[in-house]
Amino acid sequence: MDLMQHLIFFPVLLPLLAGILLLLPPLNGHLDRQRVAVFLINVLLLLTAVALLQKSIAAGPQMYMMGDWQAPFGIALINDRLASVMLLLTALLSLAAHTYACAGDDGRGPFFHPLFMFQVMGINGAFLTGDIFNLFVFFEILLIASYSLLIHGGGKQRTQAAVHYVLLNLAGSSFFLFGLGVLYAAFGTLNMADMAHKAAQLDADDIALAKSGALLLLVVFGLKAALLPLHFWLPRTYAFTSTPVAALFAIMTKVGIYSIWRVHTAIFGDYGGELAGLAVGWLWPLAWLTLVAGVVAVLASQTLKMLTANLVVVSAGTLLLTLALNDVQATAAGLYYLIHSTLLSAALFMIAGLIQEQRGQSQDRFVRGRPVVQPVLLGIFFMVAALGLIGMPPFSGFVGKILILQASSAAVDAAWIWAPLLISGLAAMVMLSRAGSTLFWRAQGQPAQSDGAEPLKIVAVLLLLGASPLMVVFGGPLSELTLAAAEELHRAPVAVAEVMP
Amino acid sequence: METLYAICVGAMTTGGVFLVLRGYTFAVVLGLTLLSYAVNLFLFASGRLVVNGAVILGESDNYADPLPQALVLTAIVIGFAMTAFALILALRARSDLGNDQVDGKTQIYDELPNKARNARQAGDD
Repeated sequence: MDLMQHLIFFPVLLPLLAGILLLLPPLNGHLDRQRVAVFLINVLLLLTAVALLQKSIAAGPQMYMMGDWQAPFGIALINDRLASVMLLLTALLSLAAHTYACAGDDGRGPFFHPLFMFQVMGINGAFLTGDIFNLFVFFEILLIASYSLLIHGGGKQRTQAAVHYVLLNLAGSSFFLFGLGVLYAAFGTLNMADMAHKAAQLDADDIALAKSGALLLLVVFGLKAALLPLHFWLPRTYAFTSTPVAALFAIMTKVGIYSIWRVHTAIFGDYGGELAGLAVGWLWPLAWLTLVAGVVAVLASQTLKMLTANLVVVSAGTLLLTLALNDVQATAAGLYYLIHSTLLSAALFMIAGLIQEQRGQSQDRFVRGRPVVQPVLLGIFFMVAALGLIGMPPFSGFVGKILILQASSAAVDAAWIWAPLLISGLAAMVMLSRAGSTLFWRAQGQPAQSDGAEPLKIVAVLLLLGASPLMVVFGGPLSELTLAAAEELHRAPVAVAEVMP
Repeated sequence: METLYAICVGAMTTGGVFLVLRGYTFAVVLGLTLLSYAVNLFLFASGRLVVNGAVILGESDNYADPLPQALVLTAIVIGFAMTAFALILALRARSDLGNDQVDGKTQIYDELPNKARNARQAGDD
């Protein structure tokens, strides 16, 4: 037995074991030991993700059957380029968010580290799973961890945001199960590869069932991905939670996007026969409106954290538009933009956290207040993150937007995409320059007596911000990788027996 | 049997959705519980209803689909945990925010309990 063969399961297994061990005596109750343990696990996860990425580039998609039950009956994990890119992104983000939390935020409430590990486990599992029911299970794992992480540290606003978030997601889970039931009744299987293969050959009677099931799932994934009528929970939830948690949550909307890729692009995609392109008709107007609503909300933001949360909605709208385009180029551009926007929104949440700590009572509100203690350092951080998120050269946002514009230029309604995309960039520029000039220049009084930001927090921000120029420098290989991942996703489905090793 | 079963699931879903749309956290939690009961029954039916059928080979002439039963079991466990969490969160919101409104506002938007309260007061007078 070769360890490399079982490597696929490690991104789920490692955080699960770590989460359990963190609750047991030698580690339980000792913050220092927990920090070191989780840091080590995060490094291991990063290495695993790199190894998996190499493997998926070299050998193509691999399916791993838990307990060696044969597909389509057993529990399948699938590692292809798309999944391993997402795993790598999660590992990087969780490493940075955890490093930031270690500077003191983790001690504000109990069980931060175990919950963090369970959250990472759920996210990794959702990216790896090869059947829809386990997608549901991993969704629930990441959700229940996120419910508790969300109220970490306590406070009125957090509880209020958590009530909305939890109740909405519980209702979403019920809908998910309804959708699953309908799909199982129509397909007789829940294995994604098997469903994709069977989609074109469904009986005429089952087509309507399958359609309603698929659209129910679109509602659920739309709730996670912040699709328009379902996005109202997001800004408050992200803005009111603690900084490292908000940074980690930057990947959560992307789990929704990823699930839409896996279900509506791969299963009900171009080869779905009568079911082909089922979601596109709905995604078009809703994604467009999400983007517009995000832009309006960005312009109305009152604090830097709220602004960042609304920028997350804008990036979700942009990604949903690339999903609505539904071709290989658009998916590849979307994947590039997804990596960029996850890392930079997380970075901006952290920067907002640092500014909030240094401005005394005015926190991160856009009002005249005390100057920050480290104007130069935070100013440079803010500038880099802002330029990246606006989409200005020389940072990754520019490349991401160019790729999306290029992919959409062939589409019939290019103007419908170009206009809101460019306007969203303009709105982000207006608000971020207003935010920056208010927070850094419109100051009065003396800076608070403090030593400035903890080194660990600065390291965390640097880790995320550093990725942005790197994504430009290695833009060639990276966009080739995203293109290859998108091609795998859009490929004609084959019978599940042929995917098996 | 299918009709009766479908009516049961439908009625529970209707009740669940009605309660979920209410303004009080307790009603919403009850609604979510009803929804999860409905969804469990629904999942069970997704493998087609079979009377007197075993899931183990060689036990009977007609077989039931074992997969939905496994799915329901998982869904029950998860739904149970989630309901418990939602209840605890509702209690915490009650103490943190000082009221049991979903929005956390003191003004009461939910009309039905108000009507009942007014009727009771009118009866007292």
